[in-house]
Amino acid sequence: MSQSFDDISAQLKGRHRRSARLKWISMGSLGLAGLFLVLFFADMLNKGLPAFQQAYVQVELDYNEDAQRMGRAAMDREIAPLVSRSFERLIPGMIRDNPDLLGTTEQRWVLANSEVDQYLKGHRNQLNEAEQAAIDELVDSGQVALKFNTTFFTNGDSKMAERAGILSAVVGTILTMLVTLAIAFPIGVMTALYLEEFAPDNRLTQLIEININNLAAIPSILFGLLGLAIFINFFGVPRSSPLVGGMTLALMTLPVIIIATRTALRSVPDSIRHAAFGVGCSRWQVVRDHVLPLAMPGIMTGSIIGLAQAMGETAPLIIVGMVAFIPDVSASFTQAATVLPAQVFTWAGEPERAFVEKTAGGILVLLSILIFLNATAVILRKKFERRW
Amino acid sequence: MNRILKSRTLKTTAIAAAVIGVVGVAQARDQIRIVGSSTVYPFASYVTEEFGAITEYPTPVIESTGSGGGIRLFCNGVGEGTPDISNASRRIKASELERCEENGVNDVTEVKIGSDGIVFAQSSTNEAMDLTLEQLFLAVAAQVPVDGELVDNPYTNWSDIDSELPDREISIYGPPSTSGTRDAFEELAMEVPSEDMEAYGGEGYTDIRSDGVYIDAGENDNLIVQRLSEDTGAFGIFGYSFLVENPNTLIASSINGVEPEVEAISAGDYPIARSLWFYVKNQHADEVPPLYDYVDMFVSETMIGEGGYLMDLGLIPLPEAEREETRRKVEERASLQPSDLQ
Repeated sequence: MSQSFDDISAQLKGRHRRSARLKWISMGSLGLAGLFLVLFFADMLNKGLPAFQQAYVQVELDYNEDAQRMGRAAMDREIAPLVSRSFERLIPGMIRDNPDLLGTTEQRWVLANSEVDQYLKGHRNQLNEAEQAAIDELVDSGQVALKFNTTFFTNGDSKMAERAGILSAVVGTILTMLVTLAIAFPIGVMTALYLEEFAPDNRLTQLIEININNLAAIPSILFGLLGLAIFINFFGVPRSSPLVGGMTLALMTLPVIIIATRTALRSVPDSIRHAAFGVGCSRWQVVRDHVLPLAMPGIMTGSIIGLAQAMGETAPLIIVGMVAFIPDVSASFTQAATVLPAQVFTWAGEPERAFVEKTAGGILVLLSILIFLNATAVILRKKFERRW
Repeated sequence: MNRILKSRTLKTTAIAAAVIGVVGVAQARDQIRIVGSSTVYPFASYVTEEFGAITEYPTPVIESTGSGGGIRLFCNGVGEGTPDISNASRRIKASELERCEENGVNDVTEVKIGSDGIVFAQSSTNEAMDLTLEQLFLAVAAQVPVDGELVDNPYTNWSDIDSELPDREISIYGPPSTSGTRDAFEELAMEVPSEDMEAYGGEGYTDIRSDGVYIDAGENDNLIVQRLSEDTGAFGIFGYSFLVENPNTLIASSINGVEPEVEAISAGDYPIARSLWFYVKNQHADEVPPLYDYVDMFVSETMIGEGGYLMDLGLIPLPEAEREETRRKVEERASLQPSDLQ
């Protein structure tokens, strides 16, 4: 009937072994995940850090008659092939805008082209040995150097790798996120408030609840199709604009915010509500003065995480036309714009080798922003959260 | 209390109205909108950037939607919401032009800008392997004729196709079915040779094998190039510009004895080459003032000519006479007729 003490001690060894095995397997999984993360970061840093440096050349600019038509004529014949065309093509315009320049000379550090840049960084390039030797000499005499790449942060996209930057994508991301926040936050919080504080518990509200939970799990590209059909084709919102992108991403973020808000509201103990009702507050007053302030840290955390998710999204934006070549910084909600992940996607498809580091550089910037946002969410929660 | 509530409601309504108002406003445009082929995209975006940098107009917006998707958007109608130009890595189809006309887009100028070759290349650690178009076809087709009958492709090594070829496993990374490069490959490297083979009954055959020998490597040609340097036994199918960018790591196969080089592609000797085009909606010329300034810049000799900037990016220039013809059409704003496509 009952097991003898000996039987149990005989089993004991096996049971200990099994639990030790479980422990090792789970530790192994954690280690593996950690290893992938480290490899990913190391690879990104290795590829991306060179993007924050760029080759510059010191040129003597001679604003002569010929340079009015062809920028190249303003530069020394030997140096000119090293200079980025993005600078060269601006020279005629500079003289046109400022005729006093004509006949003067000027020393200036300007962008080198991407071949020079790649050579200085020791990457693959298409320069021949004579050209490489010439550059080495210029490096020794201090006329060619790698400097901090301000262009990367002050310029939009460009076909010339040396001039490509993330500014237009960053501005586009900010505009898009403003729209998303302005739409998803109030609607999401209000919906959650209604469902949690006012709605009766019946079949209809249960159905809505299930649907909201399902919406949070829908592949994001479907929201893009919805955005195209409703916002662009039906309402005529301009394609590629931060407005339509923000509205589409708001659809995607809504369920996340609703679910987070409901959890936050639910964690406010009923005793608070009862006490408020007890001193004669109306339902509106209870919600506004007691429940909402107490739930706010949770709501903020949920919204920030929802927003961070939307910020890393590209699939729905392809459909509404935000994955495009946008060199100009967008100044309004209706002008065409692109966003950071879309910019990374565009660069990843460029044939020029110099774009490899731009791609990784863009990823590093995007990652830093996301880490910053998520850290803010954690700090908000730690600082303001109340435990009951 | 009530009044406060009321003023808040008003505010909310005002904000909502403002949002809807912004949405409703139609914007007058001096920004050109371009859609279309991902093959033409690198060239067109170079021109748009130049256009934005040296004229007073804003940089045109380009979306890379694929040739078919671009023409679909282009033909949706006339008006500010529709694109002004569609790039294409193939000529517009008669059916597409018909749809354009049904939607009121009846004045379209066709601009041919150059050519692009599709290369069949491998890691340069290997010996070059020269192929005929037929051998290439037999390596990728789903069904091939054996003793006069169509059977599932039995070839696993190149030497199975022709004993002259090396005894290496066939493995090919290529574009997926959504890609324009794939369309062109199917047309030029499959339809053309199979039309001459009896077993297919004189009809072009374009089914690519799906037994793991041909591997869809995604839209991004860079990925194909990267995988070739890791998987040195494999071949890749991609655009000529990627061969130009990676001269040290890749080696291309000659097809029918013709190497993929600028002159051969331009003259039409290289068999897997196609022309690149864009289509201009003339009805937008007045509403979108910079439209023809952009087109003029695109077809100028400094862009599409011999030694032009686009050549550095891998565009293969048209022969001199054809470039002149292109410029003449642009100057006349020649309207494309369905009969031109026959």
